[in-house]
Amino acid sequence: MKAKANTGLSIIREWMAHKGYEPFAFQEESWQQILAGKSGLVNAPTGCGKTFSVFLGSIIQYINEQPSDFRKKKNLGLQLLWITPLRALAKDIARAMEEVLTELSIPWQVGIRNGDTSTTERQKQKKYMPEVLIITPESLHLLLAQKGYPSVLGSVRIIAMDEWHELLGSKRGVQVELAVSRIIHCRKTIDASAKTPQVWGISATIGNLEEAKNVLLAPLQQEGVIIKAQLDKKIEVIPIIPDEIEKYPWAGHLGIKLAHKLVPVIESNRTTLIFINTRGMSETWYQTLLTVAPQFAGAMALHHGSIEQELRLWVEEALHTEKLKAVVCTASLDLGVDFRPVDAVIQVGSPKGIARFLQRAGRSGHRPGEISRIYFLPTHSLELLEVAALKQAIQEKAIESREPMLLCFDVLLQYLCTLAIGEGFRAGEIFTEIKSTWCFADITETEWQKVLLPLTIGGKALQQYDEYKKVEVTDGLFHIRNRRLAMRHRMHIGTIVSDAMLKVKLMNGGFIGVIEEWFISRLEPGEVFTLAGRNLELVMIKDMNVMVRKSGSKKTIVPSWMGGRMSLTANLGKILRETFNRALVDESDIELKSLHSLFELQRTLSHIPRNHEILIEQIEDKNGFHLVVYPFEGRQVHEAMSAILAYRIGKITPISFSISMNDYGFELLSDQPVPVDDSNARELFTTDNLLLDIQKSMNNTEMAKRKFRDIAVIGGLIFQGMPGEKKKARHLQSSASLLFKVFEEYDTDNLLLKQAYQEVLMQQMDEVRLRLALQRIVDSDIILRFPEKITPLSFPIIVDGLNRNHYSSESLEERVRKMQQQLEKD
Amino acid sequence: MTSPVLHKIDGHHFWLSPQRCLFWEEEKALILSDLHFGKTGHFRKHGIAVPQAVYREDLQRLLDQVIFYKAKQVIAVGDLFHSESNKELELFLKWRNDISSVQFTLVKGNHDILHQQWYEKAGIEVRTGFYGQAGIGFVHDPSELPETNGLYTFCGHFHPAVVISGTGKQSLQFPCFYFSKKMAILPAFSKFSGFATVRKKKGDQVYAIVDQSIITIQ
Repeated sequence: MKAKANTGLSIIREWMAHKGYEPFAFQEESWQQILAGKSGLVNAPTGCGKTFSVFLGSIIQYINEQPSDFRKKKNLGLQLLWITPLRALAKDIARAMEEVLTELSIPWQVGIRNGDTSTTERQKQKKYMPEVLIITPESLHLLLAQKGYPSVLGSVRIIAMDEWHELLGSKRGVQVELAVSRIIHCRKTIDASAKTPQVWGISATIGNLEEAKNVLLAPLQQEGVIIKAQLDKKIEVIPIIPDEIEKYPWAGHLGIKLAHKLVPVIESNRTTLIFINTRGMSETWYQTLLTVAPQFAGAMALHHGSIEQELRLWVEEALHTEKLKAVVCTASLDLGVDFRPVDAVIQVGSPKGIARFLQRAGRSGHRPGEISRIYFLPTHSLELLEVAALKQAIQEKAIESREPMLLCFDVLLQYLCTLAIGEGFRAGEIFTEIKSTWCFADITETEWQKVLLPLTIGGKALQQYDEYKKVEVTDGLFHIRNRRLAMRHRMHIGTIVSDAMLKVKLMNGGFIGVIEEWFISRLEPGEVFTLAGRNLELVMIKDMNVMVRKSGSKKTIVPSWMGGRMSLTANLGKILRETFNRALVDESDIELKSLHSLFELQRTLSHIPRNHEILIEQIEDKNGFHLVVYPFEGRQVHEAMSAILAYRIGKITPISFSISMNDYGFELLSDQPVPVDDSNARELFTTDNLLLDIQKSMNNTEMAKRKFRDIAVIGGLIFQGMPGEKKKARHLQSSASLLFKVFEEYDTDNLLLKQAYQEVLMQQMDEVRLRLALQRIVDSDIILRFPEKITPLSFPIIVDGLNRNHYSSESLEERVRKMQQQLEKD
Repeated sequence: MTSPVLHKIDGHHFWLSPQRCLFWEEEKALILSDLHFGKTGHFRKHGIAVPQAVYREDLQRLLDQVIFYKAKQVIAVGDLFHSESNKELELFLKWRNDISSVQFTLVKGNHDILHQQWYEKAGIEVRTGFYGQAGIGFVHDPSELPETNGLYTFCGHFHPAVVISGTGKQSLQFPCFYFSKKMAILPAFSKFSGFATVRKKKGDQVYAIVDQSIITIQ
């Protein structure tokens, strides 16, 4: 047995030596653990051979099991299932794997399956499943919707989950958990005595690696191992500082004023990635860079999720072959494979978190021993402070955790429908399986029955006048027979929710990309917008297509995408507060020094909040009365905290607020003076009755409604239309906000509605986190100031704080009356 | 329920109800639009589990209003039904049977795609396009209002909601009755329907439905 075990290992070692590679310790260790039949998690940063750890392990395992004819056997069925979060990664990984297999003369096939895979390719895979399949979570669920999937997936030996840190904490992660819980049982349907497949996660460093492993391995009910790559990567953060900080804007999120400063960076490196936080801004940046440095035309490209696939693939390919000097991109290029050369990385605007920043930095200087270099370009003055904070955070290794999601009934409903259109499922069997996952470990029998209800009878109904149709139950088997329903469900599989997307096409043919419906519906024909770096004039919207023609117009509207609005993490917020201690005191850091004049002004007008202080500013202007609070806890916490504060002030007096927030603080804006002064400020932040106040204030805000948007789509309540179904399809359309209203009024027990509130409670209004934040404030010195005009700190919140929420303790009629009176005065 | 608000047009008396309909005193007619009956059933038939209670309550509200005003006639300005036939319409038939003495007129809207026989069975008189009665006009889609016609006309289709705003970046929106010089746009009767926001133009009269009462917008 020992000698046999060495065959594969020695072949691989030999091959690596031949290529001039030396296996890293963590690779060797993962091979050993895979050979020992273990499951686990490999923790390695991008660019350090993480792919080879699990992939080569699976090859070694195979060689050892077939030492004499591993080069002959063909069509073995699926051996290695490689789940990856990004489509863009699949090709690179496949290429690297194929290279190894060819050089080792192992006749395994490597297949790719995702939204970009052609129908012919899918058909081929149905006949002969390749030995290695690289797949996204969505496509994996589509596989589970096929008849006969248990025998196709049943031969798998290793399930690898690449970039697990990206999916953990999202509903896509829950999709993976569910798929794993199903697949590991498929094997038994082929051969009852077969070993359970091994599950391996690959993850970058996050705060809760142990938990990350436990979540992924939960269905196996095994402990598993963690293998850490001990590679210390040096990271250099270089801020790009405006020449005249006095003239640099106090708010904004574009930063294009500094575009010219990027030119020398791009010129002095072979390839540069420029990360922009949202797709809309990336469009503007691409345009601006071309104007500032026309010499880059042809050598610079734009890459984001709404760009047509062929163009995206071309960019990725060109990046691979070093044909491009620079790529302006969004998170679409966040993850990279080990095999792509990048020299420099530029981050425009706040990265919002330490882990994300490190990951992006890690895209440059791949080779061991090299330094990763990342430039930070602030989009407004205060962001310079974040540079200082990030540097500190990197030193402290304060990397965030990703909290796994719990009891996502919307994803479960979708999953059950998926199973129902393929093979069908038996309730008892599936209940046991999902209970083995981390996400649904705590699901009760009652909740399970409530999940099945909308599938079979569809909640409350007027029996004899109802024709609810979805899942039928025959002899205990739940399945969807209706082909139309099945087809519709297939098109809706997935948990990434965006607004309905329309295709953008040129009048004379040619597909440009996709765009969110809500954006385009605001435009009039003749108006010009920008997509994929091109200025396009809207001609008309026909069916699901936006017909456009090229435009030379300078005046153009840049679409803003709903996604991409992240919140500062708690870790970064804490370090940021500490950084404030150094303002005007310790200016050894260039960033703090540059902000000198801004801090001077803040001090003159109001106050600079130190770490042990909480600053509250009250400012009156033509818009009304602003109460601005600066907890520096990130937008998510601020949203919850502002709702509670609004509710508590609303108890003092009938008052209405419009609420705005950013990562530094939040603003309560009212048409009347806000009754907060030194006598009651501290009480307003008390942790007494917190739970009660959370519940009361939650009902008054739009948070649950916003959560419901995604839930309704994932849970199959929103029908987004599909090609070929025109008029009648429109009769099935409704908006999430309308459904929310209907459920609130007529079916408060609805599972998905409850989930919306639950998600707010768990993610946004998490009691523990809020209690900590409030306690910190109560223990701080509260500094109340009444500046005569808007301060540098309040400016970004008042001017472009996102997500205006509303709260009122006045009656609707009273508010209407007041608004009418104000109108008369004007 | 608070008392209705009176709106006069050319000597006709219209009583605006917070239940999203109005009563025409002279003709003893209840005028409403966009009821979208059968919408919940249509969704449910296609596997989307919306609560059917909305539909039942819409029907009950309609009956309530007919009884309250002792209406002799109901004029639906389009989109009385949501889509193809489904079982919910059987409940409508039963309901219709209970008030068979009330005359029912439908001015067809874009959603009214049922067969003529069905309307006949339901005792509904169907008008296509523009319909005039006692000096008042009705048409579903305001854009199909004939130019030459001098009649004051009631329309639907839009599901109007008025936006009012005040200082402190506050704004609210409510379903509304919108009266301009030549025509009026009615709110959608169905509670399972979205809104299109409108702003009040000078000289027009707008009544917002705020909870259970009608408020005149300045």
